[in-house]
Amino acid sequence: MTGQTPKIRIRGLCKSFGPKVVLNGVDLDVMAGTSFVIIGGSGTGKSVLLRCILGLVTPDAGTIEIDGVDVTTLSPRHREPYMEKIGMLFQNAALFDSLTVWENVAFGLMAAGRLHKHRISRADARKRAGELLEQVGMDPAVGALSPAELSGGMQKRVGLARAIAARPEILFFDEPTTGLDPIMGAVIDGLIVDCVRKLGSTAIAITHDMASAQRIGDQAAMLYEGRLIWQGPATSLLDSGNPIVDQFTHGRREGPIKVDVRV
Amino acid sequence: MRVDKILDFIAGIGRTLLDMVRMAGQVTLFGLLAVSHLVRPPFYWRTFWGSLVEIGFFSLPVVALTALFSGGVIALQSYTGFAQYHAQSAIAGIVILAVTRELGPVLAGLMVAGRVGAAMSAEIGTMRVTNQIDALSTLSTNPIKYLVTPRLLAGTLALPFLVIVADILGVMGGFIVCVMKLNFVPQAYISATLSSFKMMDVTVGLAKAAIFGFLIALMGCYHGYHSRGGAEGVGAATTAAVVAASILLLTFDYLLTDVFFSQ
Repeated sequence: MTGQTPKIRIRGLCKSFGPKVVLNGVDLDVMAGTSFVIIGGSGTGKSVLLRCILGLVTPDAGTIEIDGVDVTTLSPRHREPYMEKIGMLFQNAALFDSLTVWENVAFGLMAAGRLHKHRISRADARKRAGELLEQVGMDPAVGALSPAELSGGMQKRVGLARAIAARPEILFFDEPTTGLDPIMGAVIDGLIVDCVRKLGSTAIAITHDMASAQRIGDQAAMLYEGRLIWQGPATSLLDSGNPIVDQFTHGRREGPIKVDVRV
Repeated sequence: MRVDKILDFIAGIGRTLLDMVRMAGQVTLFGLLAVSHLVRPPFYWRTFWGSLVEIGFFSLPVVALTALFSGGVIALQSYTGFAQYHAQSAIAGIVILAVTRELGPVLAGLMVAGRVGAAMSAEIGTMRVTNQIDALSTLSTNPIKYLVTPRLLAGTLALPFLVIVADILGVMGGFIVCVMKLNFVPQAYISATLSSFKMMDVTVGLAKAAIFGFLIALMGCYHGYHSRGGAEGVGAATTAAVVAASILLLTFDYLLTDVFFSQ
């Protein structure tokens, strides 16, 4: 761990949608340079937690500090510099289907250039997109294609290239291996680990793929009933000693987690 | 018991009215926010040109055909009525007045609402439900500035151009029917048309068109931006966009006609 102030510090984060309480006092410290994995069942609020940090969802209560600054109290304009530190790989890659692959990859670079008045030419942006595509194991010629022409695995790679394009200090991965076969899942995980190491970024991944969690994460935590009920090294996920975590990671039907199968 | 039912009925009307007022407020704020981005750089010219071509160029065939046949129908219907009073000479004046004041802007607006309003809503709605709008936020890009502002400007500028084309073709439709079918003398028809031509009618028609173009784009963007719930939600947003744009267009047509021509 480097430094005293966590890169991301969350205290008492709460979020409800109507009567449904999704986050109920989440506390979390992620130190700089750490790869942190959050596991949890479907609908337990993992994505909502990430969206709160990204400012896409406004929490009902609690604080979210990035580099020691509570971003929940900042106006959108003052929040922008902190958001520029973050790159995000969405669950379905969320590529812009009206743009080509290279335009997707270079989108953040060109947007940042517009904001800070150091515009990057389209030719330079395309060249940089080609380099990023190579970095995620793709032929730069793919840049001319439309996202719809790519397989799910290739879309994830393009999404990863887009997320790392602006060399973010923080990277978020939302279910990076969902919908991929095990081999492609391992390939994406390998690319994520490589990119995070090369950039020296802090990473938070949410997943319910245990193999992926152990490949990506240094540290892990489990979100259950709106709180983080366990934190520890990602290597101890399968023998955490916590009955809830153990039931989840081993996929047992019997245990403290009761699954309501009624519709 | 009967009193309870009556009170429930009145409460239902009240709730509906409150919902309508709330939505009107939300649409107004959404529109004002989008317009405010016109004077706050950066401006997304590529999105603007793309929308301008989509609305102004690709809507030309449908608007042209609609105007041509509508002008013809007006001429034909006027003839059946006016011939009884030997007032056929007034038909040219009726056609140009009806086309420039009403049919041009309203029919072009309704055609564009069906074609472009629906497409805008579906495109932005799909971006919403596939997280592409969230992805924009994570890439230093304000989604309203990128998606909505250029479309509003394009709609406002493109529809007057379409209405000029509709005006010309509507008058031409009337001319073709009168000369080819009703055996009018071409020179006499043209002369009557020119003597009935008023610049004020055309100018007000174009002002109406600019407002209609803004409203169509606003409804398409607003409903798409706030769509929820996958494909079904996008479908509902698209329907709502077209219906709301059509109703608003006819309402504003009445109000503007009352303002400019009521005396």
